[in-house]
Amino acid sequence: MSYTDAQLWVIILALGVGTFLIRFSFLGVLGNRELPPWLLRHLRYTAVGILPAMVTPLVLWPEATGGTLDPVRMAAAAVGLGVGLWTKNAIWAIVAGMGSFWALGALLG
Amino acid sequence: MSASSPRAAYLRGLRTALPFVIVVAPFGLLFGVVGTEAGLDIAQVMGFTVLVIAGASQFTALQLMADGAPTLIVVASALAVNLRMAMYSASLAPYLGQAPFWQRALAAYMNVDQTYALGHAEYEARPGMTVAERMAFFFGTATPIIPVWVGATAVGIWVGAALPPALGLDFAVPITFIALIAPALRTLAHVAAAVTSVVMAILLGFLPWNLWLLAAGLAAMIVGAEVERRMEARR
Repeated sequence: MSYTDAQLWVIILALGVGTFLIRFSFLGVLGNRELPPWLLRHLRYTAVGILPAMVTPLVLWPEATGGTLDPVRMAAAAVGLGVGLWTKNAIWAIVAGMGSFWALGALLG
Repeated sequence: MSASSPRAAYLRGLRTALPFVIVVAPFGLLFGVVGTEAGLDIAQVMGFTVLVIAGASQFTALQLMADGAPTLIVVASALAVNLRMAMYSASLAPYLGQAPFWQRALAAYMNVDQTYALGHAEYEARPGMTVAERMAFFFGTATPIIPVWVGATAVGIWVGAALPPALGLDFAVPITFIALIAPALRTLAHVAAAVTSVVMAILLGFLPWNLWLLAAGLAAMIVGAEVERRMEARR
């Protein structure tokens, strides 16, 4: 990792303080004011909007393979997604995804 | 109402939250493992876990740091993942807004996915609760959740130091994200947002400083909200 200790602590503290302020916003300061419906509608999709973008390069061109397509990672990601959709349970999705990653890696590698 | 009812509410919150420890522990453990493998020292991994208490944003920060993104981009992207908590805060405010300042501040610090969901469900189911009882219930749910999150991370640091790098734990990060996304794809709008997010990540991958992440997230939020609006208009 290419950060100095000071930079790392700036990141940790800024993320900690920022996250607290987001959580405190309405409880602490803004009180009972209603959020406009259009804003609520957008906030509902923050996590599901950002996390898939995060995943995409990690699955399609992972650093560990030098950025080339890796059938093992793509298959394991598909298994994790499938199990997550089916069971609606994040823990089972992780178990299935990492399990198939290791199993396929052992089989093909 | 008897004087002991906040106490009863606290204990009820604690009991309700206990099973969710099973959900929280593996994520904390994984963050400890992956953070250590990424090169953070013990204090830094624990700093993240104690100060932020939000797994998805912590993993986001970790991944962007592995990519060497600028400090500002790391913080902005990880905070964007947590924006949903403004919604949590807004939906708890009508129930807890009259409580003393220090209690609201403490509740805000502990306002994570699980405590929020359990608290909000309880307040809707029992409209007659006093503010003191509601606060007591909320702190009851936090009592097992927060320490287990922190403790599991500490165990993860210890485990991570002992694991061989050949395990390919770098892949645990995308798998964890996929595991968080999949159960959240409840409606067409959620699916549309997720698909937009993936497509934009591919199309905008050329943008510098990992800006594609924020751009893809913004586009996906707009698409999700718009699909939801149209679905509702059709009803």
